[in-house]
Amino acid sequence: MTSLSRDDVAHVARLARLALSDEELERYTDQLRAVLDHARDLEAFDLEATPPTAHPFAADPYLRDDVIVNGLDRDEVLAQAPAVEDERFCVPQIIGDAP
Amino acid sequence: MTSAIELAAAVRRGDTTATSLAEGALAAIAAGDGAINAFLHVDAEGALAAARRVDAAVANGEDPGPLAGVPVALKDNLCTRGVPTTAASRILEGWRPPYTATVVDRLVGAGAIPVGKTNLDEFAMGSSTENSAYGPTRNPRNHARVPGGSSGGSAAAVAAGMVAIGLGSDTGGSIRQPAALCGVVGFKPTYGMVSRYGLIAFASSLDQIGPLARTVADAAVCLEVIAGHDPRDSTSLREPAPSLLDALHDGVKGKTIGLVRELVDGSAPDVEAAVAASAVTLRDAGATVIEMSIPEMRLGLSAYYLIAPAEASSNLARYDGVRYGLRVDADDLTTMNVATRTKGFGDEVKRRIMLGTYALSAGYYDAYYGRAQRVRTLLSRAFAVAYGRADLLLGATAPTTAFELGAKTTDPMAMYLSDVFTIPSNLSGDPAMTVPFGSGADGLPVGVQLLGPARSERLVVAAAQVLEDAAPS
Repeated sequence: MTSLSRDDVAHVARLARLALSDEELERYTDQLRAVLDHARDLEAFDLEATPPTAHPFAADPYLRDDVIVNGLDRDEVLAQAPAVEDERFCVPQIIGDAP
Repeated sequence: MTSAIELAAAVRRGDTTATSLAEGALAAIAAGDGAINAFLHVDAEGALAAARRVDAAVANGEDPGPLAGVPVALKDNLCTRGVPTTAASRILEGWRPPYTATVVDRLVGAGAIPVGKTNLDEFAMGSSTENSAYGPTRNPRNHARVPGGSSGGSAAAVAAGMVAIGLGSDTGGSIRQPAALCGVVGFKPTYGMVSRYGLIAFASSLDQIGPLARTVADAAVCLEVIAGHDPRDSTSLREPAPSLLDALHDGVKGKTIGLVRELVDGSAPDVEAAVAASAVTLRDAGATVIEMSIPEMRLGLSAYYLIAPAEASSNLARYDGVRYGLRVDADDLTTMNVATRTKGFGDEVKRRIMLGTYALSAGYYDAYYGRAQRVRTLLSRAFAVAYGRADLLLGATAPTTAFELGAKTTDPMAMYLSDVFTIPSNLSGDPAMTVPFGSGADGLPVGVQLLGPARSERLVVAAAQVLEDAAPS
């Protein structure tokens, strides 16, 4: 494991759709590095032969009975949206030049 | 203070009414919550309407259920249709969910009266309830101290006597640690025993809902009500709720209980003394107490702080300003997403999203997330070996009694260490319960923790009852 850099944090912030000030970038880099340094205790083990666990109990997938049930109420859902147009969620322009 | 079971019995007998209990809870909140800030939203109208339905049922000769008229508090990451649900985040300020969590439906179906939504660390990320966007909750036993977290609001509401039962969620100790710090019982059931439908997701392979209560019996009756298969949660165990009340007085005679060194080492001397005293109590009650070491538990914290943020970074991608919650307007979609998330999320949530994004990112996945998942396997195997020798395990719930507000807010790693004893059961998916057992040098409560293998809730409550019966005041 290599040490976390400011550039790494700036990169993950972009991936995670978060904007950071210079001060935040500095602070988060130090704090995240401390957590990752602590995690170095995991390196002491030979884990090649150990399979990963993603979930506590590997339950067999199953399907519910094919019974018709109501979904959420459309008007109630749309009433919670920041912007709605013609019974759809409305977002700023995605394709082409922004207005 | 009267227990939930006694309150429900009085309502079912007609000795009191659900309406008077609801009014009492609302009055207690109005009188006491200004100093504590346990509640983010009090639903007086909804509570009184639910109480009237229970009273009408009693008047008609119907049985409203085992929690008839019992005032309960809901952690504000549990969705309640039409009632504000924020997860203590600005990004969900004002949101009114279009559906209700299964656990809430089941509580109401058993006659309980939800009186309000309780404070938490934002999205349940924290150990002190100081990460709330709506101000910290204070420990009712000492207002200069934290109540623990992340279910600090529910723990404080129960400890202050405002409600008999609170629901919390436990991803790395978020039910048990605040219960211990506030001097109440907290129960994290086996993963999958309680439906997560309607619980705002933090780390889906770890999250589990459970009760906080003043007695082991109250926690048991609440779990009986909320447990059991739910087709709306694909991780829900396909089995009925366990029967717990009839196991409460089974005792521990003939059981072997492992006192785990790694669940005590590093705790304060007064906490260590309480755990030792609880071991003596269990031995006096007929159990064989053996000392054990499970070295893999020391890796739990590191594994958890990679796995939980990784899952969180994925779960919290949904807060994008499109379908619900906050939107900060901008001319294009990506700028809108960034502005919304930057304004809507608090510091700790951003930290964990970035940590998780990093642990999952190209080039680092195997070194961090992959390695943590393999350690999770190691830990589960170590638990299995331990349960070959012992029926239950015993240790501390938290390393110290309640700490002062502000003591750990600038040092995330110090805050994370508050969860060192509770995290292993989340990684393994096994049940664990904290029971108040005496006080520390500062006079504040100490909790001891009982851990059991998957589906051992009956054993856990029986041992917890032995401790409760003998607990020093």
